[in-house]
Amino acid sequence: MDILRFITAGSVDDGKSTLIGRLLYDSKSILVDQLEALEKQSKNKNADGIDLALLTDGLRAEREQGITIDVAYRYFSTTKRKFIIADAPGHVQYTRNMITGASNSSLIIILIDARAGVIEQTRRHSIIASLLKMPHVVVAINKMDLAGFSEQRFNEIKADYEKVAAQLNIKNVTYVPISALLGDNIVERSANMPWYTGQPLLEFLESVEVASDINHKDPRFQVQYVIRPQTAELHDYRGYAGQIISGVYKKGDKIKILPAAIESTITKIEVGGKEVQEAFAPQAAVLHIADDIDISRGDTFARIDNLPKVASEIEVVLCWLDNKPLIQGNKYFLQHKGRLVKTIVREVAYKLDVNTLERIPAEDGVKLNEVVHATIKTAAPLVYDDFTALSDYGNAILVDETSNSTVAAVLLN
Amino acid sequence: MGEYTLDYLEQLEAESIYIFREVAAQFEKPALLFSGGKDSITLVQLAKKAFAPGKIPFPLVHIDTGHNFPEALAYRDALAKEVGAELIVRKVEDTIKQKHLTEPKGKFASRNWLQIHTLLDTIEEFKFDACIGGARRDEEKARAKERIFSVRDEFGQWEPKLQRPELWNIYNGRVHKGENVRVFPISNWTELDVWSYIKKEGVRLPSIYFAHDREVIEHQGQLIAVSDYITIDETDVISTKKVRYRTVGDMTCTAAVESNAATLDEVVNEIMATRISERGETRIDDRVTEAAMEDRKKGGYF
Repeated sequence: MDILRFITAGSVDDGKSTLIGRLLYDSKSILVDQLEALEKQSKNKNADGIDLALLTDGLRAEREQGITIDVAYRYFSTTKRKFIIADAPGHVQYTRNMITGASNSSLIIILIDARAGVIEQTRRHSIIASLLKMPHVVVAINKMDLAGFSEQRFNEIKADYEKVAAQLNIKNVTYVPISALLGDNIVERSANMPWYTGQPLLEFLESVEVASDINHKDPRFQVQYVIRPQTAELHDYRGYAGQIISGVYKKGDKIKILPAAIESTITKIEVGGKEVQEAFAPQAAVLHIADDIDISRGDTFARIDNLPKVASEIEVVLCWLDNKPLIQGNKYFLQHKGRLVKTIVREVAYKLDVNTLERIPAEDGVKLNEVVHATIKTAAPLVYDDFTALSDYGNAILVDETSNSTVAAVLLN
Repeated sequence: MGEYTLDYLEQLEAESIYIFREVAAQFEKPALLFSGGKDSITLVQLAKKAFAPGKIPFPLVHIDTGHNFPEALAYRDALAKEVGAELIVRKVEDTIKQKHLTEPKGKFASRNWLQIHTLLDTIEEFKFDACIGGARRDEEKARAKERIFSVRDEFGQWEPKLQRPELWNIYNGRVHKGENVRVFPISNWTELDVWSYIKKEGVRLPSIYFAHDREVIEHQGQLIAVSDYITIDETDVISTKKVRYRTVGDMTCTAAVESNAATLDEVVNEIMATRISERGETRIDDRVTEAAMEDRKKGGYF
């Protein structure tokens, strides 16, 4: 049994809350007392007597103020998998919410209302999925009950979306015609759509292969914390703790410590306090090396025959997440995993229109929810990978050094 | 499953260990809030693994309401000794006396709200900049929306609107003086994940998690242990039942469930078959208002 993390994208009208509610309900993740509470609140009851959308109802603060707070996480399990849903609501801050949710997911369900077809929002969600290199895309064509369960309508929408996917270079798209409200093609194959021969949605989510999404080819490890017990019996113990970000590390591997560019050899590997011969992503490990070198948090260990980039002038895509606008020439902290370096945003080349992919000039500044291409300069060389080649070591955030807020998602180039 | 794959518990464990190490690296004075419940016991197990063979590099802090199960207190002392961690205990009773706080009244008068005062005083006393807690997002809808690194102002308040976006596995722990961060390393675990992990790791639990005979009264369908901390009315019927606890909080606000499950395997099987949520079945304190947890979090609760 493993974990699938996914995000659902769609406006309220597309039935996103109903779909999440349906998955929770049909996987029997909703327990009796929670159902009783729901039955009391439900005004918009379905055949089961409850309003599925209420299962994802927010906080009182949100209802009172008509706001939505970025991402909520929902959990359910079947016998095959544990699922973590990033539920990113909201209209106003949708780009910010979706980027946050998508950064923690490996699959996206894009909901399309069968009556409306591919709309501007569908395109926007797809652009973000493509920008963040999401490995799996499911297009769930919902409300098929309101479109007469028509195969022709399904095929029209599929053909329209294939054009979008081709333009954005999105591969691995799966199309499922559903009715979240009635449960068609969610758990069981729909009797109303015998023409659909693919898997129902839940069956697909249970079986889609995600283990191979993790890169086990390019070894990347960043020192998170140095373990030095300095007790009598562990006097000389010095272990470098961190997560294997990608690839596999083996005892005896020749490594280069970056950015200092010093070579050494891995002499011992521990996972959970036990010695092992090798460690792989995404394990949390402790590595030991042969030489006594000054190493601190943020340093990268890479195998000498497979090195990441080292640079201090870097082209980036910035997704701006803060209400304060980006000021060109301002200094920020760049946080790359555990490494914190001062950074200047030098030049904003252009904005990307997330509805059309058009490049637009950034003369009037960069505001919340905008995506830009820019050049940054870091105070010390950064050790990283191109986001498009190895996304797990190509992502970072910008932190405002005065407010301490996380102000941007950074895709390194 | 290929050669380099982790099962779901190993994935959750790796994520939690990563979070623990981020806390140790980013903060000057972290603390682990320890209640004696299974979630905080799981935290200690994860922390042991995160820093092995070294000791856990921060103290265990217990905010003692004075209404604890004696079994949980004995377990707490033994565990702190076993892992070699410093144990800091601060009592709500003392805060009540020093600050002339008013004790809540009622049949099951709970010090749940009052412990916020003691917690904030303790944070102030030791200048803790990060407090690690065992909250899970599956527990409750206010928790479903909380970040793993959750920034609190100097009054300990949670401001849902001002949460930082949490991208990838990058945790921004920078705070201003006076602010602190609550960190929840098992945010992505469900109740069943915690039990399955305890079983897999062979973690020892306080005896009250297993079936035992106990004197209880039945109140609105929930079984409450007879203790000095609750008011027993003439109409209450005291009976001895075979029960276990699914969650361990104060004796005043935690209900028992009838059970014969005497081993971890039996408990896990019962949890898998249960049709009632953990908080719904066992926590009296969430029943007061629909938004009870949301209110308490905003007030500085864990």
